[in-house]
Amino acid sequence: MSINIASVGRRVLPNQWDLIAFAAIMAVLTAIAQSYHGIAAPLPAPKEDVISLGYGNLPYYALRTALRMFAALFFSLVFTFTYATLAAKSRRWEMVLIPVLDILQSVPILGFLSFTVTFFLGLFPGNTLGAELAAIFAIFTSQAWNMAFSFYQSLRTVPADLDEVSRGLRLSGWQKFWQLEAPFAMPGLIWNTMMSMSGGWFFVVASEAITVGDTTITLPGVGSYIAKANDAGDWSAIGAAILTMAVVILLYDQLLFRPIVAWADKFRVELSASQETSSSWVLNILQRTHWVRMAFQPVFAGLRSLSLAPIRIPRLLPESKRRDQPPSRILDALWVLVVIAVAVYAGWLTVQFIASGGIGWDEVGRVFVLTFYTLVRVFLLIVLASLIWVPIAVWIGLRPKWAERVQPVAQFLAAFPVNLLFGATVSLILFFNLNPNIWLSFLIIFGTQWYIVFNVIGGAAAFPNDLVEAAKNFRIRGWRWWVKVILPGVAPYYLTGAITASGGSWNASIVAELVRWKDHTVVAQGVGSYIAEATDKGDFPKIVLGVAMMSLFVTLFNRLFWRQLYSYAERRLRL
Amino acid sequence: MLDASMATLLSVDNVNQTYATGSGESRKLVLDNVSMSLKTGEIVALLGRSGSGKSTLLRIIAGLNRPSSGKVAISGRPVEGPAEEVAMVFQSFALFPWLNVLDNVEIGPRANGVALEETRQRALKAIDIIGLDGFESAYPKELSGGMRQRVGFARALVMQPKILLMDEPFSALDVLTAETLRTDLLDLWQEGRIPIKSILMVTHNIEEAVLMADRILVLSSNPGRIASEIPNTLPHPRDRLDPPFRAMVDSIYALMTQRAETARVAPREAGAAGLALTLPDISTNSLAGMLEEIAAPPYNGKADLPHLADSLGFEIDDLFPLGETLQILKLADFEEADIKLTPLGQRFVDMDVDQRKKVIGEQALANVPLAAHIKRVLDERPSHRAPASRFREELEDYMSEDYADRTLRTIINLGRYGELFAYDEAAQTFSYENPQ
Repeated sequence: MSINIASVGRRVLPNQWDLIAFAAIMAVLTAIAQSYHGIAAPLPAPKEDVISLGYGNLPYYALRTALRMFAALFFSLVFTFTYATLAAKSRRWEMVLIPVLDILQSVPILGFLSFTVTFFLGLFPGNTLGAELAAIFAIFTSQAWNMAFSFYQSLRTVPADLDEVSRGLRLSGWQKFWQLEAPFAMPGLIWNTMMSMSGGWFFVVASEAITVGDTTITLPGVGSYIAKANDAGDWSAIGAAILTMAVVILLYDQLLFRPIVAWADKFRVELSASQETSSSWVLNILQRTHWVRMAFQPVFAGLRSLSLAPIRIPRLLPESKRRDQPPSRILDALWVLVVIAVAVYAGWLTVQFIASGGIGWDEVGRVFVLTFYTLVRVFLLIVLASLIWVPIAVWIGLRPKWAERVQPVAQFLAAFPVNLLFGATVSLILFFNLNPNIWLSFLIIFGTQWYIVFNVIGGAAAFPNDLVEAAKNFRIRGWRWWVKVILPGVAPYYLTGAITASGGSWNASIVAELVRWKDHTVVAQGVGSYIAEATDKGDFPKIVLGVAMMSLFVTLFNRLFWRQLYSYAERRLRL
Repeated sequence: MLDASMATLLSVDNVNQTYATGSGESRKLVLDNVSMSLKTGEIVALLGRSGSGKSTLLRIIAGLNRPSSGKVAISGRPVEGPAEEVAMVFQSFALFPWLNVLDNVEIGPRANGVALEETRQRALKAIDIIGLDGFESAYPKELSGGMRQRVGFARALVMQPKILLMDEPFSALDVLTAETLRTDLLDLWQEGRIPIKSILMVTHNIEEAVLMADRILVLSSNPGRIASEIPNTLPHPRDRLDPPFRAMVDSIYALMTQRAETARVAPREAGAAGLALTLPDISTNSLAGMLEEIAAPPYNGKADLPHLADSLGFEIDDLFPLGETLQILKLADFEEADIKLTPLGQRFVDMDVDQRKKVIGEQALANVPLAAHIKRVLDERPSHRAPASRFREELEDYMSEDYADRTLRTIINLGRYGELFAYDEAAQTFSYENPQ
């Protein structure tokens, strides 16, 4: 935003960096123009084959998938900047918006895919744009919530002295937002965006090819390609898809996130120069060019002027004018009443809808039991993954050379869509005649275990070296070393990873409890397969029941188990 | 003190500031009927310890906080919010880390609609005056503390204020850097190179106040009142070693120790069972260290406070809490600007660890009502356990949450050291049980 004016314009001739950057920018523009034709195309007739397993199509599919990710990212940012800002600025909205966000985080949105697809198709009848939007919305839901949360938390923790300076310099709300609040929130927001992006790949793959009752949507993309390869049982196509995903994820990381993370280093509020600074070759290229910088100079200057424009945004709800005056209790009570009324009405509508599908209490009971199965599955797999990975990750984390190399790999694996493993899993289960209730479970944890791995590596790497040396000096070894020294040390990091893994696993269960390969279908008992089956049949009341039950379990599991553990670890074990 | 002459730039009339206590019902006083004024051409220092409300007063004048009652006016106009006539320099510098020096300085005028060229011109001039030439494109991270605070000054000057407000602007800097910045600012002020009409500074450093101010307002603590006003007519440049300079520093020390004593005694009578006694955050090691320092040569049991502060590198916010705690425990006493060991304090220095623990325990029990109260409650209860929340609530009837927390922390510290009782942090309970 503020490339320094003084240093630009000393040299006018282009250098080699300009050439690279220019080529890259042109390529991006061409690609966007190319794929725009496809996006607005009319919806193909049902059953018409839009996906071909030829390898030559993969780059195009990858581009479409990547653009979907990009669009979702854009909407997530818009959502973050409005929703979180409103919640942070208005006390009354905060009372509603934050709990809603908290629940939204726990709702397995993948289960609602059928609704969103129907909704968006209805908005644009006969056009693929509806299906595109549905897919984009699915990715959006995997990113927006925790981005908004991070932004909200940053807005609430703006350093008091910077806030006073802004007020003292008489910055308007608009100016203060762009000069202080948004920059301060930037590092947290970018980190969370990067994390959500990992989950996003899984969602995009799951949402590109979906069947709801009689309607089958197939959008050109890597996800549809994988779905088709799974249907056809084509091993080499799966291999090609894996390779494509690897390249796409790598490019996203190198071309988009590394540069942004490196750039966002300057927004960190710590006045000592930090030891670890991120670097990015792409950012270096961009910052060393002269023509590119000069071309963007007016843009940056314009943005800066806009951010400093004397715009005053009127308050949405009248807050008490004087800071020290307590807000009106009567208005508060009224507001709470309105909110409760809306919530009760919404709840009643939901119950009505479920009941309209002829669902009785016995069905509710059955779904309860199924959800319990999935809960046991998620819990046991987290335990199992922890038992295996924590020792390995600690070992790696204590060796900086290894940690440096393994951590990005783990982050990369976390972004890998699990659908790619369906073929291998089904084949193994059929070949050895295994119990799907047990062996299908591993698909749930496959994509999410990596969160545990890289968080624990991070924790062990951050473990103070003097404590390691003290433990050695006092000859603390074996079991005692694990229980008294390292496990408490990495506990907060481990819990962060485990909570993310648990949340992701619930979502994954919708895809991974019912798996198809060629003409075989393998099902594990659980609420995930219940929702998947209901989606296939287009039985909306059952979908709502399944998702509602799952949300309830996830919320309670988070509140009663994970949060308690986490707050304990934060209080007692944070170094 | 209230002089409504033409030259009065700022007037503060009967300002009170209160805040809600824990229960939200009663309200506690932070500032009690404070009145003062600022005239053209003078530097005024607000001198006080932490808890005297001096920073609160500065923020009220800056328009950042509103007083609960009373009036503040600048050039006759009441202050309703951040005013054009004032600019503030912060203890923590408060620079935007994502903006370089030039952008940090320019942000104020640009946000207030000053044209681009004029902003640039004014910013470059302020940067030049304050000695930041060549650092325009540096980010705050790359600068030393002294250079950062210079940016803070440039950012305030570029707003062309009539009054410069400074909130302990040198206290986050090392001794040498702070001294350079002080003299640089004084030089600019005396040569009339900065277009500022007067300066109001908050400080807890007595020598700094005597060095810079034309008038010193000493604030008392809990609640904040203006306890005395000391005109300072020493000629510039002032020399810290000059006898009149030393005499003024000594007299202010004496003034503040006296007040510390009365402030300590007064609430003891007011609060039931003396629970209103607040304790500072103090470690038993520093108590012992202080006693040993006073007992050793060159002090031999009686130390001149300014001298002691200087040799230990202490500010009054380090020195007074220690001295007061020693006074409460009857191990030392203030005498004018001196601190003197009591006979018990003298003996304490030669004791071994176990004896010292015993003395601290006994003295706390005898002289700190809260310690005796906790012990009594533990004795009365059959389980000999009591939750900390119970005592915290009792304390909050007399003091703010922060003070209650701090007092409780110190009593836990003293109680543990003196082996009066045990405290379980996880369960937040007092008991007699120590792990065997």
